Amino acid sequence: MANAFIRWFDERVPGLAPVYRKHMTEYYAPKNFNLWYYFGSLALLVLVNQILTGIFLTMNYDPSATGAFDSVQYIMRDVEWGWLIRYMHTTGASLFFVVVFLHMFRGLLYGSYKKPRELVWVLGMLIFLALMAEAFMGYVLPWGNMSFWGAKVITSLFGTVPVIGKGLEQWIVGDYLPADATLNRFFALHVIALPLVLLLLVVLHLAALHEVGSNNPDGVDVKHGPKGNRWDPLKPADAIPFHPYYTVKDLVGVGVFLIVAAFIIFFAPTFGGWFLEHDNSIRANNLVTPAQIKPVWYFTAFYAIVRMVPSFAGTAVWGVIAMFGSIALLFALPWIDVGKVKSIRYRGTGYKVALTVFVISFFSLMLIGMDLTDTLFPKIFGSDIDITTWDNVFGRIMTVAYFGFFVFLWLYTHLGWEKTKPVPERVTTHD
Amino acid sequence: MTKRLISIVLLGLGLLAGSASAWAEGPELPAAGNNLRDQASLQRGAHLFFNYCVGCHSLKYLRYSRMAQDLGLTEQEVLKDLDFTGARFDDPVITHMPATVASKAFGKVPPDLSLEVSAKGADWVYAYLNSFYLDPKSPIGWNNTILPNAAMPFPLWKLQGEQTAVMGKDGKTVEKLQLSHPGEMTPAQYRQATRDLVNFLAYASEPAALQRRKYGVWVILFLVLFTFLAYLVKKEYWKDVH
Repeated sequence: MANAFIRWFDERVPGLAPVYRKHMTEYYAPKNFNLWYYFGSLALLVLVNQILTGIFLTMNYDPSATGAFDSVQYIMRDVEWGWLIRYMHTTGASLFFVVVFLHMFRGLLYGSYKKPRELVWVLGMLIFLALMAEAFMGYVLPWGNMSFWGAKVITSLFGTVPVIGKGLEQWIVGDYLPADATLNRFFALHVIALPLVLLLLVVLHLAALHEVGSNNPDGVDVKHGPKGNRWDPLKPADAIPFHPYYTVKDLVGVGVFLIVAAFIIFFAPTFGGWFLEHDNSIRANNLVTPAQIKPVWYFTAFYAIVRMVPSFAGTAVWGVIAMFGSIALLFALPWIDVGKVKSIRYRGTGYKVALTVFVISFFSLMLIGMDLTDTLFPKIFGSDIDITTWDNVFGRIMTVAYFGFFVFLWLYTHLGWEKTKPVPERVTTHD
Repeated sequence: MTKRLISIVLLGLGLLAGSASAWAEGPELPAAGNNLRDQASLQRGAHLFFNYCVGCHSLKYLRYSRMAQDLGLTEQEVLKDLDFTGARFDDPVITHMPATVASKAFGKVPPDLSLEVSAKGADWVYAYLNSFYLDPKSPIGWNNTILPNAAMPFPLWKLQGEQTAVMGKDGKTVEKLQLSHPGEMTPAQYRQATRDLVNFLAYASEPAALQRRKYGVWVILFLVLFTFLAYLVKKEYWKDVH
């Protein structure tokens, strides 16, 4: 019966089964994936969660300056399971960035952006960019006071562009201040335009990956290794079919991830004010500024760079250029780092040190963006220090460290300073 | 193995960041110590709210019927003991004071308190309710150390009594408050009463909190079982990968 059904389909859409085989049962992935390789499939899981919960939120949300705030409370109180749907969406947004940051860091650890996977990396970076826009627009929709002032600050970044800045800002906002028109367009972009872009990019990201094959913690190209495994004499000996091996393995990762997510959703949905900010429980008010205006945690490192770059020549655009530059440099990583060895396991000490400094600089910039250094520094160095000066000195050192990573990497690999270890012929471990 | 340890540490760090305070800096506040699972406390808090607060403040996102269900009260009890505005059982809690009258009396419309605890925190509201003092310089006769020059008079004065300020050496900042006229309650009773009131307002800020705590345990237990089974399946499948 089932076979007859499958045959019926196969006669009519003969292309379907080969696609399934190409991407699942006959997609051969290296057998030595470790913990870092869970985050790609988890990102896909969160994307599906955001779309599904988003559909149900859209049914009850009112995208108007007068109705938005009330409709969120309506969802939280009167819509059946509305609170669960909303918390799944808000927690999903933050966890999306957690898994995407870890997924990107995996690329840095094992050189997943290097030849022949440059396009996979660039498409991934485009996903990251689209995700940032998606998250920012979504953050504005509840129309709380932090939504409003966040929107004001972020859109005013465009206002720093010389000559056309003010006009550009008004064109984006659709008013002099974030208002009904802003909310309407952000809603349209958040629920339809950017999700379409994201989905398309994810399809391309996976298509590009499956064309060249997955990297692995050893950075060994299994396609160039010995051939022949249990399933196919022509396929790499060190690879196994994605389905069922990695589907069942990823299922364990999904389980662990969902336990963490459920803990947040059910017991700490605001996550101490980091995932859902306290000031967003106050309706948007253009006359009352929150005590501290800061972006939601996943933007803080980039926001800190804007703050740390001083304005000169009569314009503050340099900070904005630096912020976009900090992301643009990541796009260019495959051409900045031309070292032949991929995995950190066999790279030179210089790379290990540089990556450590890069991670420290990123976390430090996050601390500054979150305004946590304001309480941290007086605790460490005494309460009589000048916090602004300390913040600026520390922040500027860390900004230089962030950009220094890319400069160092270029010099290190282009000038041949790197002393690498021998890379093994075959993958070494699996778990 | 060390790599795995590093990864776990990194994940843990992310979670740790969440425990850092996201409140704007201000004076350290004593903990409100309220407990949403204490239904008797929620009921006492509701009684205080409807006897002392609803005259000026609304809870426009909370319905009487929802409150009855969550606090274990019957429709009769709510309509008789708490609903003094003649609202219907399914109506939201709206004060009877017209906005025009309120702004004439206080200079501003008293805020809706539906989301007060979400916005300010339970500790802040608790501290606020314990920090009123007599201030002859204030037009309403009262002032507050947590929210200086608040437009709100102190409706609970009969319960707490009257506090007066002990000024610091500069004569401008309030060093501490002392009870100059005792009220109907002892200081300990009053603190408990305000704790109950804060507890009720915390509930009003997020009625779903009662549900999510109830279901959360079961969801996580299910997920632990699911993960364990998934792990066994994975182990079985991966037996032949060498």
